[in-house]
Amino acid sequence: MKGIKTTIAAVAALFVAGAAQADPVKVGMITTLSGGGASLGIDARDGFMLAVKQANNPDLEVVIEDDQRKPDVAVQLADKMIQQEKVDVLTGIIWSNLAMAVVPSAVAQDKFYLSVNAAPSQLAGKGCNANYFSISYQNDNLHEAAGGYASSAGYENAFILAPNYPAGKDSLAGFKRFFMGEISGEVYTKLGQTDYAAEIAEIRASGADSVFFFLPGGMGIAFMKQYAQSGVDIPLIGPAFSMDQGILGAVGDAALGVKNTANWSKDIDNATNKAFVETFQAEYGRLPSIYASYGFDTANLLLSAMDKANVSDKEAFRDALRAADFNSVRGKFVFGPNQHPVQDIYVREVIKEGDVLTNKIVGVALKDHADAYASDCSM
Amino acid sequence: MFTLFLEQLLNGLQSGVMLFLMASGLTLVFGVMGLINLAHGSLYMVGAFACAAVAAWTGSFWLGLVASLMAAAIAGALVEILIIRRLYNRDHLDQVLATFALILIFSEGTRWIFGSFPLFLSVPEFLTGTVMMPGEFQYPLFRLAIIIAGFVVAVGLFLLIGKTRLGIRIRAGEADRGMIAALGVDIDRLYTIVFALGAALAGLAGAFVGTTQSVQVGMGEPVLILAFVVIVIGGIGSIKGALIGSLLVGFTDTMGRFLLPHAFATFLDPASATAIGSALASMLIYIVMALVLFLRPSGLFGTEA
Repeated sequence: MKGIKTTIAAVAALFVAGAAQADPVKVGMITTLSGGGASLGIDARDGFMLAVKQANNPDLEVVIEDDQRKPDVAVQLADKMIQQEKVDVLTGIIWSNLAMAVVPSAVAQDKFYLSVNAAPSQLAGKGCNANYFSISYQNDNLHEAAGGYASSAGYENAFILAPNYPAGKDSLAGFKRFFMGEISGEVYTKLGQTDYAAEIAEIRASGADSVFFFLPGGMGIAFMKQYAQSGVDIPLIGPAFSMDQGILGAVGDAALGVKNTANWSKDIDNATNKAFVETFQAEYGRLPSIYASYGFDTANLLLSAMDKANVSDKEAFRDALRAADFNSVRGKFVFGPNQHPVQDIYVREVIKEGDVLTNKIVGVALKDHADAYASDCSM
Repeated sequence: MFTLFLEQLLNGLQSGVMLFLMASGLTLVFGVMGLINLAHGSLYMVGAFACAAVAAWTGSFWLGLVASLMAAAIAGALVEILIIRRLYNRDHLDQVLATFALILIFSEGTRWIFGSFPLFLSVPEFLTGTVMMPGEFQYPLFRLAIIIAGFVVAVGLFLLIGKTRLGIRIRAGEADRGMIAALGVDIDRLYTIVFALGAALAGLAGAFVGTTQSVQVGMGEPVLILAFVVIVIGGIGSIKGALIGSLLVGFTDTMGRFLLPHAFATFLDPASATAIGSALASMLIYIVMALVLFLRPSGLFGTEA
């Protein structure tokens, strides 16, 4: 009996689907849900799934797996999703080294990849691909904006530090690309380092008038707390990752007043963003982070493309993605020629709203900023 | 430059003292019971989370500190009674597998209770700020307090092992466990006490370090690796070795990070000097460990195998 019923349902569904001209789209999300970097992946996933839930589109199916922040695990998951789950679109990776392990082979197998965060320079320039879209940014962007902001704020002598890994090197290079002043000290710390006493002592002795630091996740928490305890009062500047919503609570009041650069903030004034912040808080009981906003935009971009084109028609679907015809929480949203966003980057300041630490926009660092690699991309 | 050097020496001392709290428990457990305990870092995490949670709940860092000691000691005792006890007669591979499983259980359990987002834990009010040190430089008061607290614990531990009845039993257990059992010492209870003591020390380190770092799931593993380096350098089972090894690792790491980039900058351009200097600095403690093992295969204070 049950068999007949499902058959009838399937046939009915087939007719409905035929009428709507839409093939179902299956999305494979590979992101970090356990271990030290889990809060970033959880936020990206929650933002993505919020948009999916709100759209309530029966043609969209999402499979989620945890990469544990390990490149080998991410590669296995991608293989499994492509070969067994037969997904059409991959997304979700937070860390650039994992993205480099997964994205090139996925797009070569003609799958779409929509990045919710990681966007290494290698995939923006010569290695760009028609199936690869970054919804977040290109890795260097926020650091470039920090350099631009530091110059325009009148700082002339910066001490800069970042972890010793590819994204850390991109970060300092990005900062220096837009900073006009002198660099009084440049330090690479160990990835995952937790004690910054030695670096802070050097900052104190350096005579710099500003400090730029890129230390995402727990590293940033440790640095900020120790910096506040050290009594050094040279102003801090960082990209949004160092001052993200997910870590502000753990840093505490030490974060107050720190300037950071971001392409999204919860106080960007548009209806989509307002609704996003409210519904995210209602659904999950916490404020959304920048990673949640990227996840939300990524899902809405995908949904907008599904409305316009059939995923089996790769060319049309790609054009629909490129058009970026959706309401972004960042206001306007435009892709550049290498399918990375061209966007405004803001300066935010950490403030306190009641008991909750959060960020507030205090200015624009760079307007309609495109990345430095777009010209190397032949597409 | 000279005051900066003094300040970095103090930083090295502070990081060494914290390492000692971790390494002493690890080396005690290995020395007395012959057990490799990978879950030692998880007990450190338990201490940090207990301190953060109780401090947030009661508003008192001191109650948090007490809670960290208790929580880690209780967790340690339970783990010993329920699981570790079955491993003493197994070979080291089984112990590594079982205690690695414990890491995963502790991590996911902590995530289940506290969530994935790091917790807030701050320095108590009267320990904030800096003090002027001889040599005219500011040093954070809390780091100074950690150094003193660490030395107090170290002295207490030496007295406990050297002067008390429990200490005599622990040393006897290290030397010949069959014989002290035959002499009527309750060996099971002794092992539980030693394990809980080591766990409490790790929990205390977690609470101290949690005030200057991020209290998050997985915070114990990087420290665990360093603690293993320390006990290998110091000689497995030796508390004195753990102390000397911790200070050596603390100084080597801090001074390496500080001096190597400057040293390379004398004959290289600044960008490549920092790149090479910091890369070499992160390897330095392992180079020291290799050297020690080459010259003294059983560690600085280890008994010849």
